Amino acid sequence: MNTSKRQFLGRTLGVSAGMAITALLGSTRALASVEDVQKAIAEFTGGKAPAEGVVTLTTPEIAENGNSVPVSVSVESPMSEDDYVESVMILAEDNPSALVATFHFTPASGEAVASTRMRLARTQNVLAVAKMSNGDVYSATNNIKVTIGGCGG
Amino acid sequence: MAAKPRVKVPKSAAAGDIITLKTLISHKMESGQRKDGDGNPIPRDIINKFTCTFNGKPVFSCDMDPAVSANPYFEFKAKITEAGTFTFTWVDDAGEVTEMTKDIALK
Repeated sequence: MNTSKRQFLGRTLGVSAGMAITALLGSTRALASVEDVQKAIAEFTGGKAPAEGVVTLTTPEIAENGNSVPVSVSVESPMSEDDYVESVMILAEDNPSALVATFHFTPASGEAVASTRMRLARTQNVLAVAKMSNGDVYSATNNIKVTIGGCGG
Repeated sequence: MAAKPRVKVPKSAAAGDIITLKTLISHKMESGQRKDGDGNPIPRDIINKFTCTFNGKPVFSCDMDPAVSANPYFEFKAKITEAGTFTFTWVDDAGEVTEMTKDIALK
């Protein structure tokens, strides 16, 4: 919890003044830019544009608490020695830093399925980009509505 | 900083089975974005790497960024071909390593 904002808001006289300041703080907070997201994807894929499909990204439509949003990815693959999913990168476009996590699989994973929980600052798109052992790249995007942001801003 | 992790692994599986593994570790995962009561930034302190190996061979790993929630939780799969030991490792920004092992038998 951000105590500074709490204390600050506690000291402000009117609710409207508090809201105006919150809005101001929100607009000045540094966010990951579109270029940063594009750059992170390009670095991950080696410049290859991801194709649609193959990747399934499972997230809630509405996240009441941005501090802990469940996210699951599943990638269709035989997961054999010469045809498997190498890694899957999760990105949140409007977080202060877009990278969330990168999963690395091996043929010993059996299935390219993984879940974790992430923080989301606000309502935004979440991307999953999967890189296969043969270099193919696939992606999926989900929009998540966040009621309370989870980056302590 | 990291407390005793909790890991869920089936006691036994048939050869060729794909099993589900679940892990949870207590860690505040301080993002580095927050400020304390005086407005000073709180330095980043997260677990940045999780790895799972089976009999020494890699099964699954994850690079984490500050957007992973506190007390990081993972659920993933592993294909069982022999009896053996899973080793789970968490490494945080301070370089502290937490390790846990779980055995699995063949049915």
